[in-house]
Amino acid sequence: MASQPVMGTVARAEHAAGWSLVFASWLIATAATLGTLFQSEVMKLPPCELCWYQRICMFPLVVMLPLALFPFDARVVRYALPLALVGTVVAFYQLLLTWGVIPESIRPCTQGVPCSETQWVWLGFITVPLIATLAFAAISALLILTNRKTRS
Amino acid sequence: MKRSTLFVIALLVLLGLFALGAVVYQRGDAGAEAAARNQILLGRLHAPTIGAPDARVHIVEFLDPACETCRAFYPFVKNILAANAGKVKLSVRHAALHPGSEEVVRILEAAKLQDKYWPTLEALFASQDRWTVNHRVHAERAWPYLQGVGLDMERLKKDMTSPEVAQNLAQDTADAKALGVKMTPEYFVNGHPLTEFGDKQLLRLVQQEREKAYP
Repeated sequence: MASQPVMGTVARAEHAAGWSLVFASWLIATAATLGTLFQSEVMKLPPCELCWYQRICMFPLVVMLPLALFPFDARVVRYALPLALVGTVVAFYQLLLTWGVIPESIRPCTQGVPCSETQWVWLGFITVPLIATLAFAAISALLILTNRKTRS
Repeated sequence: MKRSTLFVIALLVLLGLFALGAVVYQRGDAGAEAAARNQILLGRLHAPTIGAPDARVHIVEFLDPACETCRAFYPFVKNILAANAGKVKLSVRHAALHPGSEEVVRILEAAKLQDKYWPTLEALFASQDRWTVNHRVHAERAWPYLQGVGLDMERLKKDMTSPEVAQNLAQDTADAKALGVKMTPEYFVNGHPLTEFGDKQLLRLVQQEREKAYP
């Protein structure tokens, strides 16, 4: 790491924590990406429209976050966090649709695969929109934390 | 551990899980869920069905009476039914893809109301090249060939324009679209589509489903 600037002990600890947080975000983003690809490409379940908007927010993170890991660049939060937040909003909106909190009449996608219809349910409550919401929220939280830890 | 090593290992583990999952999923009941979904669309009660009602292997064929390949495959499918009597049944749904063949489908649907579906279908297939020229259907030319079937022609003509026939036509068209039927004949065996078209492929799919249904 000869090219790295010389860091103090505190700075190095912050740097290590930030790296781990971004790495964890990448793990979640990649697992989510592979999970959704598994459903559409292996299980051949057609993705609904809202799923595509969430994919638009999730897929870039898989490529973008590792770029900030080698070498570590905390500024990635600036670029990745908006995607994660938009994804959280869309996923949560779909979650509300599946729960029936948002009424049918203002559903955006009546053609094709209805977004309020869940393809499968685990243990009675775990659905894809729920996992997506949790994944986006977790990535957002980790990135905000990265920002806190590395802000100097 | 070096960070780059950690990253590469994590990436490989995730990709490995994906590949392993794909292999396990495909080796398990391939497309079982999709087949179950298809079954809902395939199991329409109005579809004419031949074979033992309690047969556990159900072939659903989307056909167009004006389609030459449908005619060519018809004896082959009947042979499959004969060779697996009691175990395999056949339902026919209509996909009037040839210009003008909707009129002929109406004849078939109306004939079904007189319990003469199968003899009518066979009479139409036997005379197909007389009323279909260069893939254009001339339904009026089919009439003389229906004489031997023993249909009540007055009733047939009336039924052809009945709401029931119209509804069955619309249902078949809607289901064909939902199932992605773009050519005829298209076969589904217990909900599984024929992935590669051919007589051997159809026979293999039927045998595969028969082994599952009658172990």
